[in-house]
Amino acid sequence: MSLSLIKNYVLTKELATKIDLILAAHENDGSQLVGILLDIQELIPNHYIPEEVAYYLAEKLDVKITNIYDCITFYSSLSTTPRAKYPIQICNSIVCKVNQNDTIFTTLKDLLGINLNEITYDGRFTLESVACFGACDMAPAVRINGKVYGYLTSRAKIENLLSELI
Amino acid sequence: MSKTVSFITKNFGKYDVSSIGSYMECGGFDALKKAITLSGEEIAGIVAAAKIKGRGGAGYDMGRKLAQAKSVIAEKKVVICNADEGEPCTFKDRMLLENDPFNLIESMIITGYTVDAEDGYIYLREEYCHLRPLLLNAIRQAKTYGFLGTNILGKGFNFEIHLYSGAGAYVCGEGTALIESIEGKAGRPRMKPPFIKQCGLYNRPTCVNNVESLSLLSHILLDEDKEYQTYGMGDSIGTKLISVAGNVKHPGVFEIPFGTTVREIVYDLAGGIDGDRPIRLLQFGGASGKIASSKILDTPYTYEDLKRSGVTVGSGAILVIDDRTSLIEFLQSTQEFFSHESCGQCTPCREGNRHMKLFLQKLADGTHTDKDIKSMKKIAKLMAMSSLCGLGETAQSALVSAMNQFEDVFHVKSSEVQE
Amino acid sequence: MEMVNVKINNIPLKIEKGTKILEAAKNINIDIPHLCYHPDQSIKAHCRICTVEVVGSRRLLAACSTEVWEGMEIHTDTKLVRDTQVGILELILATHEQNCLTCSRNQNCDLQKLCSRFNVLNSNLPDVTEHLPIHNTNPSIIRDPAKCVKCGRCIKACKEVQGISALTYAGRSDKIAVTTAYNKPMEETDCILCGQCSVVCPTGAIVEKDDTQKVLDVLQNPKKHVIVQVAPSVRVALGDAFGLPKGTIVTGQMVTALKMLGFDRVFDTNFGADLTIMEEGSELLSRIKNNGTLPMITSCSSGWVNYMEKNYGDYLEHLSSTKSPQQIFGAISKTYYPEQSGIDVNDIVTVSIMPCTAKKFEAARPEHGRNGHQDVDIVLTTRELTKLIKYVGLNFASLPEGQFDSPLGSGTGAAIIFGNTGGVMEAALRTVYEKYTGKELKSVEFQEVRGLEGIRESIIDLGNTKIKVAIAHTIASAKIIMEKIKAGTCDYTFIEIMACPGGCIGGGGQPIKSTTDVKHLRMDALYDIDKNNPLRKSHENPDIIRIYKDFLGEPLSEKSHILLHTEYHKVKKTHDFSYLKTEEISSI
Repeated sequence: MSLSLIKNYVLTKELATKIDLILAAHENDGSQLVGILLDIQELIPNHYIPEEVAYYLAEKLDVKITNIYDCITFYSSLSTTPRAKYPIQICNSIVCKVNQNDTIFTTLKDLLGINLNEITYDGRFTLESVACFGACDMAPAVRINGKVYGYLTSRAKIENLLSELI
Repeated sequence: MSKTVSFITKNFGKYDVSSIGSYMECGGFDALKKAITLSGEEIAGIVAAAKIKGRGGAGYDMGRKLAQAKSVIAEKKVVICNADEGEPCTFKDRMLLENDPFNLIESMIITGYTVDAEDGYIYLREEYCHLRPLLLNAIRQAKTYGFLGTNILGKGFNFEIHLYSGAGAYVCGEGTALIESIEGKAGRPRMKPPFIKQCGLYNRPTCVNNVESLSLLSHILLDEDKEYQTYGMGDSIGTKLISVAGNVKHPGVFEIPFGTTVREIVYDLAGGIDGDRPIRLLQFGGASGKIASSKILDTPYTYEDLKRSGVTVGSGAILVIDDRTSLIEFLQSTQEFFSHESCGQCTPCREGNRHMKLFLQKLADGTHTDKDIKSMKKIAKLMAMSSLCGLGETAQSALVSAMNQFEDVFHVKSSEVQE
Repeated sequence: MEMVNVKINNIPLKIEKGTKILEAAKNINIDIPHLCYHPDQSIKAHCRICTVEVVGSRRLLAACSTEVWEGMEIHTDTKLVRDTQVGILELILATHEQNCLTCSRNQNCDLQKLCSRFNVLNSNLPDVTEHLPIHNTNPSIIRDPAKCVKCGRCIKACKEVQGISALTYAGRSDKIAVTTAYNKPMEETDCILCGQCSVVCPTGAIVEKDDTQKVLDVLQNPKKHVIVQVAPSVRVALGDAFGLPKGTIVTGQMVTALKMLGFDRVFDTNFGADLTIMEEGSELLSRIKNNGTLPMITSCSSGWVNYMEKNYGDYLEHLSSTKSPQQIFGAISKTYYPEQSGIDVNDIVTVSIMPCTAKKFEAARPEHGRNGHQDVDIVLTTRELTKLIKYVGLNFASLPEGQFDSPLGSGTGAAIIFGNTGGVMEAALRTVYEKYTGKELKSVEFQEVRGLEGIRESIIDLGNTKIKVAIAHTIASAKIIMEKIKAGTCDYTFIEIMACPGGCIGGGGQPIKSTTDVKHLRMDALYDIDKNNPLRKSHENPDIIRIYKDFLGEPLSEKSHILLHTEYHKVKKTHDFSYLKTEEISSI
């Protein structure tokens, strides 16, 4: 058994290797931190930046850990806490709101049995309320791992979306 | 439906957006080839003559901006394309990026040539990350064809384009916050001065332009027949890309000649209101824009006429809301947005937005007093007058315009709640 | 120098181009209100309370960040300006924990002063204070986020002065916080407890841990023999809080005050400093002679030692093993002093007055004690001593001048300059020169090691050899030297490093508003005391000669080693990734 499993490290050798590749793709350039964090967050199954990873980056990029922590907490696309395999980002800006996005909120809460910012027991879904992502022509819309799903005006369409993800 | 025109959108659907060859078949990079026969000053002059206003919201004279950037003496200068289209209800830059990515790359190279910059940065909002591969591909192909790199077109001109990603922060649409973000920091705006045209990214003179402004550049350079000048009305010359959404039947992006009336936009282009309901309000230019009642429908969409009606072009967005949403609900939603997006560093914006949210809740509950209304007005003014950046300055635009135009909504209803 | 003509409140003024409005107004005695502005820091323009009206400008402009231009007309007192400034103050107040009466910065708080100035007694706005927990898990510094006005001064001090960046903004909008990475306790971050953040904080959001009550308690206990030592730099800073001109030497009044407070003996850290020089000087000579690790670096500054342990754990052998003056005094106070005085060591309480928050941590280190008690029991900062003096109601400025007690109350001019950056170096050179060459040092002042340059170097002629020495203050400067050592490109023999800007005179425990101007005055004052002291070399202090004769033997003797020398320990990183390099992991 590997030491990483015995000690239950979040940052395994395997993950570190993948992170190193991301860093190399960004020329190990600390000024590209925001892009690096986004790439790493995509890599991590539940889409967040674990504390250990942040400290690892600080060491590798010679960037202050406070700078990294500031970025993760400042940008709403970055998270310090685990999310889900499919974080469902529901647009809560005005265009989606006047297009009855409350249907999306209530239906998803009902179908998944969770409230906002909660994670389903199987770790697959979480619900997040986000600002306008520029899909106003498809309102009301959600965004999941970078992909936009629009015109979610009925329970059937929302159920359809969920089944697509399974 | 012939109210729209195709000037900036003339390439839409004309070429395969993943192929530089396809782009070149329909005249791609002709503008760059023409540009390198001119001097930077001459290019800036052409843009100035076309009277193009920057499309980022502030409406700054683009020809003047380029001329200033050119005149700054520095070893290294930087050009930035602001693709952080964060104003709610605004998605016209998305359309440009999706349908004409090579034109943006070409225009950036021309801008770099015009102002003597060697590096160009595209700051793409995270929400548009699906467009990353498209842009990266366009950059890669442009490099392969020698339009990027060293000694471009044998003119001894060097230029590279770097694609940077935002991470979900509206405030990064502000030039200095955007620069902080590219430098790997949280996107909190810098104080001004120094102005970025002198001291911006990595302390280099920096010329920041919106996607739409840049995209116009190559079309203008090739517009020898002055087609662009045939559009427009009064001092608002040319065309404008607008995004219309909300309670309209056909939300979308339209290229209109300046001077089209708001009614034509809402009813002819966007198909009118869902269920043909009455309009409660229209907001112009995104969440930071002002609002108007349906009285504005017959106003021509020009910088000057909109200004006279109390609103601005801003981001080019028109939000239409029907009578199912109350004014207070609308204001609360707008406030929610700013309370979420304030960077938090300066007191007026951080604390002002916090209190405005509370006051609006009182208004929604009907428990507000005259004193609350007075406090709201005071804080709104204070935010506009003293915030560090444009976000705090404009966060209460909608509210202030609402207070002017829908005065009755803010009346204190019951005498019991008076203090 | 290009000058411009401006008008402030219609008063014409000719001023250097590039001056900020706030500074220009100061020139005509107008104090524009400010919170985030600090004269020693880069401009932040966050608080916006300094906004003023400029004719022709659409919006108000921040006076701290806006440079004057030719013909500029500024108004600092219009209704719009006042309404805005008071409005901003009310916004801050609505989110500020207002337990001023029990706040350690009561009557010494910039926010309180502004409220008093504008007669804002309470905010007209709903109270939105978040009652956040206080961080008080280390012996030096307490953070109270509910009092933070988010001005960013502490962040700047930590980043720009020290290059450490233990503090940062995090989050945004009304959730923005000034905090550490992952909100960890200060001691688990890169923080070295130097306290520079606490000196610049405008409110009570970052303060020293207050140990005044502990001192009051032991002073009331008749069984205890309470002795106090005072660091050299305290006597040129303590007068600040009592209305005396900055940099006034108040040694005599300070001794009297301490006696009136009830201390049984008032001693001088200078005694410890002279002993430090005897040991450290001998250590340097021994390292040179026996090919020991060089360069040797001073270890008096406890913030600096913390930094080394956290960041250069593999280079700790460069640190002099000689304890700091505080701890040397402490060790002597619990060994030699009871032997001399006949007082039971268990009854002795040793208190230090230090310009420093890190000294509280140093005193609590397990290596600085014996037989179940610490060598130094309680450490107060200059600021806390000020509070004690006010507590007992002394009219400090008018107190008669008292004398330090014997036998631990004597110190030379070499010891007093320990308070200045470069002082330890100069003191050491005075002794090392004479010990090495066997000749008398005629001119004791080493001007080239003095000053406020971040890094200074000098070549010292020791007759048959020359050594290169360097002095650095602030961690930002120190890091440059450490990186040279790491790279193997450092040719210094001896280096003095102080964590705080200016040395102890600019320490993190010194009075609030210890600006660079003030530091210059304190520095001059310490050099004056040295000049006027007939004894200017540590080895000439008769009490030092006596303690070696009667008690310690020789410098570097076995007894000296036990009592006056210490060891350092590498501090483990928050997250250690060395496991990633091991073979076992890669095999799976």
